[in-house]
Amino acid sequence: MVLIFVDHSDSEIKKSSYEVLSYGAALAEKLGTSAEALLLGAVKDDLATLGNYGVSKVHQVSNDALNNLDAQVYARAVADAVTSLNADVIVFSHNQTGKAVAPRVAARLKAGLVAGAVALPDTSNGFVVKKNVFSGKAFANVNITSAIKIISLNPNSFQVKQTGGTASVEQLNITVSEPKVKVTSVNKVKGEVPLTEAEIVVSGGRGLKGPENWKMVEDLAHELHAATACSRPVADAGWRPHHEHVGQTGIQIAPNLYIAIGISGAIQHLAGVNRSKTIVVINKDPEAPFFKAADYGIVGDAFEVVPKLTDEIKKLKG
Amino acid sequence: MKILVCISKTPDTTSKISFKENNTKFEESGVQWIINPYDEWYALVRAIELKEKDASIQLHLISVGGADYDPVIRKALALGGDEAIRINATNNDSYFIAVQIAEVAKQGGYDLILTGKETIDYNSSSVGGMLAELLDVPYISLATKVEVNNSAATVNREIEGGEETDEVSLPVVISCQKGVAEQRIPNMRGIMAARTKPLKVIEPAAVEALTNVVSYELPAPKAGVKLVAADNVQELVRLLHEEAKVI
Ligand SMILES: Cc1cc2nc3c(=O)[nH]c(=O)nc-3n(C[C@H](O)[C@H](O)[C@H](O)COP(=O)(O)OP(=O)(O)OC[C@H]3O[C@@H](n4cnc5c(N)ncnc54)[C@H](O)[C@@H]3O)c2cc1C
Ligand SMILES: Nc1ncnc2c1ncn2[C@@H]1O[C@H](COP(=O)(O)O)[C@@H](O)[C@H]1O
Repeated sequence: MVLIFVDHSDSEIKKSSYEVLSYGAALAEKLGTSAEALLLGAVKDDLATLGNYGVSKVHQVSNDALNNLDAQVYARAVADAVTSLNADVIVFSHNQTGKAVAPRVAARLKAGLVAGAVALPDTSNGFVVKKNVFSGKAFANVNITSAIKIISLNPNSFQVKQTGGTASVEQLNITVSEPKVKVTSVNKVKGEVPLTEAEIVVSGGRGLKGPENWKMVEDLAHELHAATACSRPVADAGWRPHHEHVGQTGIQIAPNLYIAIGISGAIQHLAGVNRSKTIVVINKDPEAPFFKAADYGIVGDAFEVVPKLTDEIKKLKG
Repeated sequence: MKILVCISKTPDTTSKISFKENNTKFEESGVQWIINPYDEWYALVRAIELKEKDASIQLHLISVGGADYDPVIRKALALGGDEAIRINATNNDSYFIAVQIAEVAKQGGYDLILTGKETIDYNSSSVGGMLAELLDVPYISLATKVEVNNSAATVNREIEGGEETDEVSLPVVISCQKGVAEQRIPNMRGIMAARTKPLKVIEPAAVEALTNVVSYELPAPKAGVKLVAADNVQELVRLLHEEAKVI
């Protein structure tokens, strides 16, 4: 059985969970087995509707101790669920929660983990999962040799598929240990689209000259319902918050559309964004290296091009 | 207090990535090796800062790797730290690495174990979590701030769309990223001192890897950029809408 870990925050199922559900369902079909979901804690959503993403059952462990993420507590619960449900493959999203929990589950169950998978496994000779390595500059095909196998899927690498079913929801009775990590405050940027989940990202570099010029970037992002990002020197200079810094040493993203404004396209920057499906570069220097990695480009002054782009998108949407 | 920092070695960020032997091995010729930036700039520098405030702290570095790791370990020791341990084994299975570090950590009685957020070559973000599980201690991943007071740590960690602040008692494993500390450059005194700091080499524990790399591939090259004139932004929007279908 393929067991899919359903992640949530603020009582809502995360978008990345639908992606891993679709992935897990496709994997189960390939293996000729069933796909089931595991949810720790509680959400507002009706769990039966997860059947629409290809799972036959949803196992829920309701316990207040699961409201905050303590990786130790979560991993124990997932591992116990895997054992009691007899799962062979466990699927996580390679998001913040997956990065905290999946490795612990792997060590606990002595299960091989491929972290950052980008495709379904090839099962013709072993269980070979393609994953992102060298920060998006290459892929490795990794064989998992243990009996239980764990995959964490890179966000935005699998197409969500609605199958139109309903799932049965079952309470799973497992002991949940006492959390040792106490969350004392949560600081979420309200109203913004989270960078790692965004389908469209609008990003600015040193070419924008100063923080006061970010309004036009934000306007464009707003029109596209996009997240905003920046290059490293921009975050280092304090023009933008650290959590917007993308690249080799920042966040790695793979949106459908990445719009780079006034960014030269240094190799370390590209390492964080080169898995984006479509890249648009706006730069006044035709020799900027970013154009080599781009799908579409405008050679021009960002201060003229960006407001026009925002207007044109408004027209398209209106 | 005892701190252990996990140091891995990675190709320099500007390295050209290519493969040899039928795409089964990374082509190392011409590659410059560095300390994995997350391990160096954030985990190690933060540990050094803590030691600067409290000289009684013992700071050890640990690596799982062959003799080719030694120059990178000396570079790390030049930044700071009392001694280093190298477990003499080459393997990129995260579980294998975590078990090796756990064996040493269990003996050493460390209060704080710091790793980088991920290696920039293997990008797994896994060793820290596995290590914490093997030691049965809490794990705080993707930290952006680490404060330690006596027997507890206060840590900010990245969550979707923001950060949270966690409190946890020691011992704990924390994976570090940007925000935790600032990059430093080793000085001459550090470099000289590093030469005589102990670098213990020990043999690995017997453990089977749970994964192995079968082959590597490079992404398909981009078709080439389509340029649109700066006074024809409308055309870009049309292409994004009709051709790329992304808006
Ligand atoms: C180990 C290491 C790790 C690194 N990690 C990262 C990382 O994670 N992320 C990252 O981003 N960088 C990283 N860097 C830094 C990287 O090498 C580059 O220095 C950085 O990406 C450059 O940022 P930028 O493109 O914003 O600035 P610049 O390189 O200064 O480029 C500014 C661009 O704006 C253009 N421009 C100027 N004015 C205008 C205008 N009016 N309209 C349009 N275009 C204009 C210019 O032509 C230029 O191309 C790292 C470096 C090292 C050594
Ligand atoms: N071979 C190694 N030796 C020591 N520490 C390592 C090694 N590999 C990974 N680590 C540590 O684990 C972190 C996460 O690595 P990874 O799980 O490979 O992304 C790194 O940032 C290092 O701190």
